[in-house]
Amino acid sequence: MSSDNEDTTSSSESEQSDSGRDTLEFIEKLSDVPMGKLPTHVDFQRTRVDCRADAPVHTDTFQYSGAYASMGVDNSLLDNFSNNFRVEVIRLEKDEMEFDMIGIDPAIANAFRRILIAEVPTMAIEKVLIANNTSVIQDEVLSHRLGLIPIKADPRLFAFTENDTANETNTIVFGLKVSCEKQAKRKGPKREGQEQEGQTRITVKSKDLVWLPNGSKFTLDSEGSNSSSKSKTYTSFSCSQDSLPEFSSNPIGPTDGDITIARLGPGQEIELEAHAVKGIGKTHAKWSPVAPAWYRMLPEVILLKDIEDQMAEKLVATCPVKVFDIEDIGNGKKRATVARPRKCTLCRECIREGKGWEDSLSLRRVKDHFIFTIESTGVLPPEVLFTEAVKILLDKCDRAINDLC
Amino acid sequence: MELGSFSDPSQSTFSLIDEDHTFANAIRFTLNQDPRTKFCGYSIPHPSDNRVNIRIQTTGDPAKDVFKDACQNLMVMCQHVNRTFDKAVVDFKMSKSVDGMDIESNS
Repeated sequence: MSSDNEDTTSSSESEQSDSGRDTLEFIEKLSDVPMGKLPTHVDFQRTRVDCRADAPVHTDTFQYSGAYASMGVDNSLLDNFSNNFRVEVIRLEKDEMEFDMIGIDPAIANAFRRILIAEVPTMAIEKVLIANNTSVIQDEVLSHRLGLIPIKADPRLFAFTENDTANETNTIVFGLKVSCEKQAKRKGPKREGQEQEGQTRITVKSKDLVWLPNGSKFTLDSEGSNSSSKSKTYTSFSCSQDSLPEFSSNPIGPTDGDITIARLGPGQEIELEAHAVKGIGKTHAKWSPVAPAWYRMLPEVILLKDIEDQMAEKLVATCPVKVFDIEDIGNGKKRATVARPRKCTLCRECIREGKGWEDSLSLRRVKDHFIFTIESTGVLPPEVLFTEAVKILLDKCDRAINDLC
Repeated sequence: MELGSFSDPSQSTFSLIDEDHTFANAIRFTLNQDPRTKFCGYSIPHPSDNRVNIRIQTTGDPAKDVFKDACQNLMVMCQHVNRTFDKAVVDFKMSKSVDGMDIESNS
């Protein structure tokens, strides 16, 4: 659309002074005013981020439903969201998954990501009762390390702690009692720099944490403790957790038994009890179920011109992630092709050198195509974590609606 | 939750407690998708407060109704995402197990 059109319009107006309607009809008949369809350059701005050598452009999304109303295009996603939205699983492993989420606005995709990191609840050690710690690692550092150990227990089976009362529905208790014998009693090969045979350090691992399904074994110090038949402990379990059907088949413990907690020298020991409770990552990162969850937009690499021979070889050599390949086009000529656009990290190394490269090569991102990766800490499988995150967003909406009523 | 002006229901500010960008940005998107919305935006008055203010001005309908519809639209989207995702995961697991069988039979 240009000054040309305006010129013709104004001239036609001067000829037929009374007819505004005719003018309108004339304008609508013009071939270069597309109705019900976006011009290619506007559609490009809407759907792609263009990554130039200096900076990316068209990075915003156009959320307003009437953004293209003047061109007869409805910009509301909601009506055709159910038709256009797609999920394609790329990789699904025990603790990790990658999938493509296509046809969704970044606002929603980001809500899922944020919820995964900060709002999906898990169990983590929150209280540590230390009976004895003669190791070099201080009580508070030891407690912090214990807190970061992921606990393999389905958080959906537990409740959040209320009023600081620990019972079988909201607390998991672990005991840890390790000591390093002074001399000789420990058998082991003599290590370098070791004065006596058998004198060795030991490493306390997360597998040394013993699940106590009956709750705390430490008794509360109170005057009446001697008189009562059963002394009170730090937890009030009404039944053993391993009698519950959910836990009898798969006992609770750390996700990995090989996490180092501390190292003990001869004569040192640790005796403690760790209480794990339900929480969310917003409170402390130890409750975050992912490590971490992220997404990136789908890269799109387009060759605007043919890149041949030495230029092609140079292009292939420049790319650090090997996006390009070379194909033979006969007569001993070679041409660059885009073989693995998905690998592009948008380092822009290929278009950095001079304007020529930027004219022959276009790096883009598809705005509504997200490559979503979830790495679970092992607490729940990644696909379950994602469905939990979606449910949490649903709950948020539900709560907002209820608050309004 | 608080409502803004009582004289003009078509424009109000909703103050949501215990919410942040996660919900506010998502709901701003669904609000923007509603043609009845003239303006909408959100702000977090102070980073230490767990509070987000969502401002809605409509073309005439009560802002409360538009906000409620936006929440419902977001819920519909979430349910659709959940269904699509579950189906994709099941399909992927199915295709994987079929592939695994193929490899075994070939070897």
